[in-house]
Amino acid sequence: MNKVIYLDNNATTKVDERIFEEMKPYFCEKYGNPSSIHAFGGEVSHAVKKARNQVKEMLGAENEREIIFTAGGSESANMAIKGVLDLNKDKKHIITSKVEHPCVLNLYKWLEKRGYRVTYLGVNSEGELDLNELRESVTEDTALVSVMYANNETGVIFPIEQMGEIIKSKNKNTKFFVDAVQAAGKIPINVSDMQIDMLGISGHKLHAPKGVGALYIKKGIMLTPLVIGGHQEFGKRAGTENVTSIVGLGVAADLAVDALKEENTTVRALRDKLEKGLLERIYNARVNGGKANRVPNTSNISFEYIEGELILLHLSDIGICASSGSACTSGSLEPSHVLKAMGIPFTSMHGSVRWSLSRFTTEEEIDYVLEHVPNIIINKINKLSPYQQQLEDLKRQKNMK
Amino acid sequence: MWEYSEKVMEHYRNPHNAGVMENPSAVGETGSIACGDALKLYLKIDKNGIITDAKFQTFGCGSAVASSSILTDMVIGKTVDEAKKITNEDIVKALGGLPAEKIHCSVMGQEALEAAINNYLGIEEDHSHEKIVCRCFNVSEEKLIQQIKEHNIKTVQEATNYCKVAGSCGRCAPEVQHIIDKVNALNEAPKKPMTKTQMIVQISKVLDNYVSDELRKDGGDIELIDVEDNKVYVKLQGSCSACPSSHLTLKNFVENVLREHISKDIEVVEYKD
Repeated sequence: MNKVIYLDNNATTKVDERIFEEMKPYFCEKYGNPSSIHAFGGEVSHAVKKARNQVKEMLGAENEREIIFTAGGSESANMAIKGVLDLNKDKKHIITSKVEHPCVLNLYKWLEKRGYRVTYLGVNSEGELDLNELRESVTEDTALVSVMYANNETGVIFPIEQMGEIIKSKNKNTKFFVDAVQAAGKIPINVSDMQIDMLGISGHKLHAPKGVGALYIKKGIMLTPLVIGGHQEFGKRAGTENVTSIVGLGVAADLAVDALKEENTTVRALRDKLEKGLLERIYNARVNGGKANRVPNTSNISFEYIEGELILLHLSDIGICASSGSACTSGSLEPSHVLKAMGIPFTSMHGSVRWSLSRFTTEEEIDYVLEHVPNIIINKINKLSPYQQQLEDLKRQKNMK
Repeated sequence: MWEYSEKVMEHYRNPHNAGVMENPSAVGETGSIACGDALKLYLKIDKNGIITDAKFQTFGCGSAVASSSILTDMVIGKTVDEAKKITNEDIVKALGGLPAEKIHCSVMGQEALEAAINNYLGIEEDHSHEKIVCRCFNVSEEKLIQQIKEHNIKTVQEATNYCKVAGSCGRCAPEVQHIIDKVNALNEAPKKPMTKTQMIVQISKVLDNYVSDELRKDGGDIELIDVEDNKVYVKLQGSCSACPSSHLTLKNFVENVLREHISKDIEVVEYKD
């Protein structure tokens, strides 16, 4: 494949060259163990400390000791959720949402088998939570509320600040974990301003390498470690530090803070151009979650009466990388649980495509998509559909507008 | 990323015989948009019963389009009697293989062909009397049993791959397993009495498939402790352990399920620490 137009940044991102440069010395030159007594290791220990401070700054934490490095978003979530429940054994109720990432949902299924009761908060057709439902769900028995900051499929942002207030006003002992994997680097985060007890991020979603992440644990919040062993990470996560990647995550956090403005202007403008352009040109396109508050880089568009995997295969043939909530792409037979929870009609449920941009996306790339994708959808894939009458109706409605 | 064969890629990229047919001799439809794939097959059949042309329209993924496309290639030139003999395996073979999870795409092809031929022969398909096992994908018991027999299916996962049954909410999975076991039991020789180990394995399976999920709905669960002759010692967990009606749960529910699936002599005893 020659040309690659990468619009799948919610799946993973390219490592920023500047980040890679900063990581390089820690492979073959500064390879010491941060726990060593000698100065050779001490230098590395300083690098880890610096990275910790960089992440602390990005999240707005008060103290560097509140930042624990992990192996990524899934580990951060597992550590927070299991760790809190283990220290609150008398409480058996958890609250989450129906649209969480599978890594968290599968953990809840696992917990349900072990006697926990889980409340799954619903969302409206735009993917937004009903805060009253949250208010009514928090009880004396609620050990934990855990939700995502921004949705990986639609980009819809949950009102974390308000949620924190509601949770704490109902039960001050209920802990609040926020999965910020899709929010970090896209919107400003300030944990100190909000009643967040724990917050997880993943490096590879913000141009750091795969296999590294962090968990913010507010001072005073106790949890049982997931990985038990050595004293690393203030005794909260054992194992020799993944130094190179941690250095990378630190630099990524720094760069992400600098890029937030660009994210909100340039990236947002490109996303909007893509979205508007596709909607104008393709009569069976509709946006999912478009009226909600969204992160600036994500657009989820359904193409009615056609199927998502087929769209992705055709896009891939011309070098465009995107992803789909279609059942067929995942290997399960179920279409996206997120779109289902939003009550998206089944005529467009199987034909959703998620476009996720980054600060490396260029206007030429968006123009390329707008030049080629409408033709593929309208003249190739729509033509295969058994629902020609319905497609004709959509076309007519569009022209009448 | 799926590992699609060259043939599959060739056919979804440039499908053969796609589109509507004017004045077809027969039309066959299968699937629905709600289920995630649907296929409409048109045949033109001459007075000698030879299929002279075929067209298709498909809502579905790459392998669904490829299965439909190659099917039209396969039937053109055949007599209706010859076409009748085409199976989903023939479609898979012609495509140079399909991933296991995509086998149902080829089954859909075979079904549409069957429906088209029935339409041509004037045979009305009446499914109204059939018992539906899987509501998500509208799979009847009849269809499931046919698939189990044709493909020697042993597990729910295999059944899902062939006809999507139990592939969505999974609520019918226990029933599907039960039907698979029943169909397979008919084909097997009478069993010798089980050893204790076999008994434990069987009981665990039944508890997992038929009991645990029900108890979990109420925040409980069950653990198998020991088996002695026909006595099954279990421990209730979670909210079940404190439930005043736990005795009834064990006798009326757990014991009945085990008697139905393993042996009518089973007695369930609650194990106390």
